[in-house]
Amino acid sequence: MKTLFANRMHISFAILALLLLLFIAWPLLRTVTASGPALLWQTILDEEVRRAIGLTFYASFIATAIAFLCGVPLAYLLARADFPGRRLVEGLVDLPIVVPHSAAGIALLMVFGRQTFLGQAFGLFGVRFVSALPGIVIAMLFVSLPFLVNAAREGFEAVDPRLERVSRTLGGSPWRTFWGVSFPLAWRSILSGAILMWARGLSEFGAVIILAYHPMVTPVLLYERFESFGLRYAQPVAALVILICLAVFIILRLIGGRKERAR
Amino acid sequence: MVKLPITYRLSLIADRGSSFVPCQLQIRDLWVELEGFRLRHINLDVAAGEYLVILGPTGTGKTVLLEAIAGLHRPSQGRILINGADVTGLPPEQRGIGFVYQDYALFPHLNAAENIAFGLRMRGAARRTVEERVAAIARLLGIEHLLRRMPETLSGGEAQRVALARALVVEPRLLLLDEPLSALDLETRQGLQRELKRIHWQLGTTAIHVTHDFEEAVALGDRVAVFKEEPAGEAGREGGIVQVGTPEEIFRRPASEFVARFVGGRNLFRGRVVRQAGETFVRLAEGLGIAAVTGLEGEVSLLIRPEDIVLSSTPLLSSARNCFRGRVVEVADGGAVLYVTVEVPPRFTALITRRSWEDLALEQGREVYLAFKASAVHLF
Repeated sequence: MKTLFANRMHISFAILALLLLLFIAWPLLRTVTASGPALLWQTILDEEVRRAIGLTFYASFIATAIAFLCGVPLAYLLARADFPGRRLVEGLVDLPIVVPHSAAGIALLMVFGRQTFLGQAFGLFGVRFVSALPGIVIAMLFVSLPFLVNAAREGFEAVDPRLERVSRTLGGSPWRTFWGVSFPLAWRSILSGAILMWARGLSEFGAVIILAYHPMVTPVLLYERFESFGLRYAQPVAALVILICLAVFIILRLIGGRKERAR
Repeated sequence: MVKLPITYRLSLIADRGSSFVPCQLQIRDLWVELEGFRLRHINLDVAAGEYLVILGPTGTGKTVLLEAIAGLHRPSQGRILINGADVTGLPPEQRGIGFVYQDYALFPHLNAAENIAFGLRMRGAARRTVEERVAAIARLLGIEHLLRRMPETLSGGEAQRVALARALVVEPRLLLLDEPLSALDLETRQGLQRELKRIHWQLGTTAIHVTHDFEEAVALGDRVAVFKEEPAGEAGREGGIVQVGTPEEIFRRPASEFVARFVGGRNLFRGRVVRQAGETFVRLAEGLGIAAVTGLEGEVSLLIRPEDIVLSSTPLLSSARNCFRGRVVEVADGGAVLYVTVEVPPRFTALITRRSWEDLALEQGREVYLAFKASAVHLF
């Protein structure tokens, strides 16, 4: 491996890169350090803040669980099966990444809103989307499912199809082959995709605020505090959220690192 | 090597209820169409307990044929019968056919013992049975010390033994081996080749072994099926079997120029081991005595790789070498190399570079000396 300062070009590149890294790290660090431990502790004690954080974690977890249930089979089919319109399906899965999230929220409202067919059908079972937990869940699901599906697909693609074939010749049915070979081998990718999706769901603002301003998830609460009380009141909440996300992110990287070592 | 009595063979597997009964295979008018490759009109009969080698140049077609037999590709036409019963529509898990891939295809998340036990687990065998049978097959293959190891820590030869154990432990009616020795170094390859022969003797399993190596085919195969692959217009490539016979038949009476080119021109002879004055010779039918290194006795086959033969315009005098005078009868252009056939008799084929061809100023009809080491003579 060459060192960072091997020649002048490397040094120039390192300086340019450093600017970008500072641009990411500095504001985050500034926010986190601006409020002392006492203020952070006070923020944690704020019931509204805690409720928002709990709700956000919970909603994103449900969204991830739904994506897991339907997205893992989808990912497997994309990795293994050859069917007409496969590329179309792949594009469809990626679409939530490019659609503005507020537009995604509007689109969901058009289908799950109070007056719509689906909205009324679910209403019969007492499930309401607008201004309720299910609305938050579907907003998070919509915008962050590509993370899980794509990671799982890559995981399955990395499994040598011959391992599945060997399993079949050894007497394994397609189901047992999936659970005994494909799934355990793709598990790390699926898990890191799920964590990434969950983390992405935590930070969702645009789509959620259109479906459900209340009950408040953390990004919405942050926005409301900023709008109503200004930067000084929003900043400790932001610091807390950044710290929590950082912790989640570190766990994710640790899991990813283990995957590489296992190979 | 002595074929073991059936009761002992069964005890090797340590399961009194089991039956390691070899099966016959028939393939009738089989076509398989894949994207870019087509298997063309395969007809093949494999007798119970037979070791059939499918021999052909490197390509994907032979693997497709094995996978089709195992039920991993759905044929577009034709039938596959095991002991007379049509299995064409059966999924792979219901065929009882073992499969060993060239690069082992061990499950990387399971250790060697778990890999071997996989098939038994899939069949819902009791834990005791699994342990006993894994231990028995590991003993048979001499891999007991490897059972706790993960696949990534195994050498090629060790991994292939584990893969073989994994396929054999479920007592397949038919064993398919897809270039099982090709990824191994020479020494390991020869060791495992002997092992395959021994296991086939002991268990009597019907086996189909795919290879591109003629020597391997001759050493292992009761019969050899020559597989040819060629471009086929819009379909991409297609492949089929062009000749089936004993190694001797394939070699002596190639049915087509392709077979002749692929197996012919190589130096396969039969002879008798003679020992005199501390030296070992193989006396050929033509009367020639070839110095060799061997522990074998009696009638043997011998093979000398064309690249092991050196041509020269003067006799090379060395005790380690065989040296014969002959006449160049044929030259086949192979690009950077040339295949030179020299009539001694018998006919030997040597592989030489274009440069040494020019240096030697050879041409058809010229007298030439050929030499090769006693250790370059492969006997079996």
